[in-house]
Amino acid sequence: MPNETHKDDNLLEIKDLHVQYNTDDAVVYAVNGLNLSLKKGEKLGLVGETGAGKTTLALSILQLLPKKVGQIASGSIMYDGEELLGKPDSYMLGLRGRRISMIFQDPMTSLNPTKTVGEQVYEVLHLHFPNLSKEQKQEKVDRMLQLVGIPASRKGEYPHQFSGGMKQRIVIAMALIAEPELLLADEPTTALDVTIQAQILELMRRLKDEFNSAVVLITHDLGVVAEFCDNVSVIYAGRVVEHGTVEQIFASEEKHPYTAGLINCIPDLTRDEKRLKPIPGHMADPRHITTGCCFADRCPHCMEKCRTTPPAMHEKDGHLILCHLYDTTKEAE
Amino acid sequence: MSWLKYALKRLLMLIPVILSVTFILFVILSLAPGDVARLVLGQDATPEQVAQLNHEMGLDKPLLVRYVNYMIDALKLDFGTSWISGFEVLPEFAHRLPYTLLVSVLALLFATGIGIPLGIASAIKQYSLLDYGCTFVVMLLFSMPAFWLGTMCQILFCLTLHWLPVSGIRTWKCFILPPMILGANTLASMIRMSRTSMLDVIKMDYIRTARAKGASNHDVILHHAIRNSLIPVVTQIGISFAGTIGGAVVTENIFAIPGIGSMLINAVKGRDVPVVMGTVIFITIIVGVINLVVDLICAIVDPRIDLAS
Repeated sequence: MPNETHKDDNLLEIKDLHVQYNTDDAVVYAVNGLNLSLKKGEKLGLVGETGAGKTTLALSILQLLPKKVGQIASGSIMYDGEELLGKPDSYMLGLRGRRISMIFQDPMTSLNPTKTVGEQVYEVLHLHFPNLSKEQKQEKVDRMLQLVGIPASRKGEYPHQFSGGMKQRIVIAMALIAEPELLLADEPTTALDVTIQAQILELMRRLKDEFNSAVVLITHDLGVVAEFCDNVSVIYAGRVVEHGTVEQIFASEEKHPYTAGLINCIPDLTRDEKRLKPIPGHMADPRHITTGCCFADRCPHCMEKCRTTPPAMHEKDGHLILCHLYDTTKEAE
Repeated sequence: MSWLKYALKRLLMLIPVILSVTFILFVILSLAPGDVARLVLGQDATPEQVAQLNHEMGLDKPLLVRYVNYMIDALKLDFGTSWISGFEVLPEFAHRLPYTLLVSVLALLFATGIGIPLGIASAIKQYSLLDYGCTFVVMLLFSMPAFWLGTMCQILFCLTLHWLPVSGIRTWKCFILPPMILGANTLASMIRMSRTSMLDVIKMDYIRTARAKGASNHDVILHHAIRNSLIPVVTQIGISFAGTIGGAVVTENIFAIPGIGSMLINAVKGRDVPVVMGTVIFITIIVGVINLVVDLICAIVDPRIDLAS
């Protein structure tokens, strides 16, 4: 197979992905030429504000975009050496929940209210491991529930009988019971309060070590990223505008103005400041394709060419920045 | 056994309902103009004869006394005799009830058995030919009153095509058209209700979760969506059944079925108070029990409903 060499280094490789939503009113360009790669066992953080295309990206990988409306216009999603786009649904069924699983943002609504939590975790095994006996499956369910801190004796209860944090643990149990190679966690802690948030992250870290799954952690919380991830991709208007290790993103002098803005948003407790520092303005209307840099309108360093020519990716030791600021330094050198 | 306790509590709560229904009805019936004794005796009766009959029937006593007397007798299962035809109310009711129940239950089976699958199918295949067809049928059924639809069907199927008997209860064929006419409206609301409900459910996050687990379309609909989409539909069935019993009044008249509907309408026409009162009490009990059964079914379908609280 020509892809044999490819298979070893990258688990997931997304190239020039374009996703759009064709609504009645307009075409919404959610993801615009996004590139991403993920190694086996890597913990990648995807950071960006609401509407940046993070969830769309995750749903594209699983091909669970809303039918008829969501459309992958072009690009490539290679998973373990196989091109996923254009694969029949039967192939994706074997992938979803078994090799790639997903944790959704809101644990309150992501469990079926009329099925017991045990049944819902069991279903994954039922779908993907027809060879296991019923007892083996039940035993695995019990062990998995224990592992996420839910007493197995409660598996006959319904979702409404659990708290939000516990529901998210059940969702995690469901996502990990098949020991997938890739876990897409879409804001798994956003709907939870801070103490539960820390517990869930700790749980995910522990389980990640146990099953050695690669994780894509989608969040808008930089603290969570710093805590959990190896690498970070900052997403803005459906593109990766900066990519690097956690250190590069947080500590490097060179960063994308958007990332700098995001970091600036975090209130600093050591300084005596009364006001928060938000990034001014809103994200560019995703119904229009911008000609220049997508961040130009909100950028404090905006130059003439930012409005006319799209910036090129600038690389230094694997730290990628999509910004005109760094072409100038390059030219000066 | 929390459901048993709940059921008993609900049955006890029927008592005040029956008391208020009967009292309101009793007052309205006695306030209605016209003299019952004169109605019974005819225009030629002398005032003395009228007064005599009024006294015999206890109609010269005050309203409240008459009501209390009636309710005491009713408690002893004595619902009196018809003022017009002289039959005893309870046996006559017991004799007629099976026809009404048969037609109503068949109507409901017809409406749910066809309506729910059609509604679900048109939600799954939204904007398909089937979906547009269903929407059209729903509009059609909603806009045709039962008396008109019944008559038209009689003309087509019975008088022109000779497929079915026009009226009566002689053969089982007599019980095909009446339930369909009686259930037509419920059929429309079942299609619409289950379609809407299914469309809501398939947009839910937990359906997306099920897909992300690797469940096929078929699995998702069958194991995750249908049960959730049935919750509001079951409630609707309960409401529809009460309406169906009311609708039986019209349908039984069109098809000459000797059920309680036709009995009630004749009694109302003739100001036959014991028959009206008795029939309404029984219908109240039947509707109350059906609502209770529906609530119990709801609790089975939706585990979030807690009967104990």
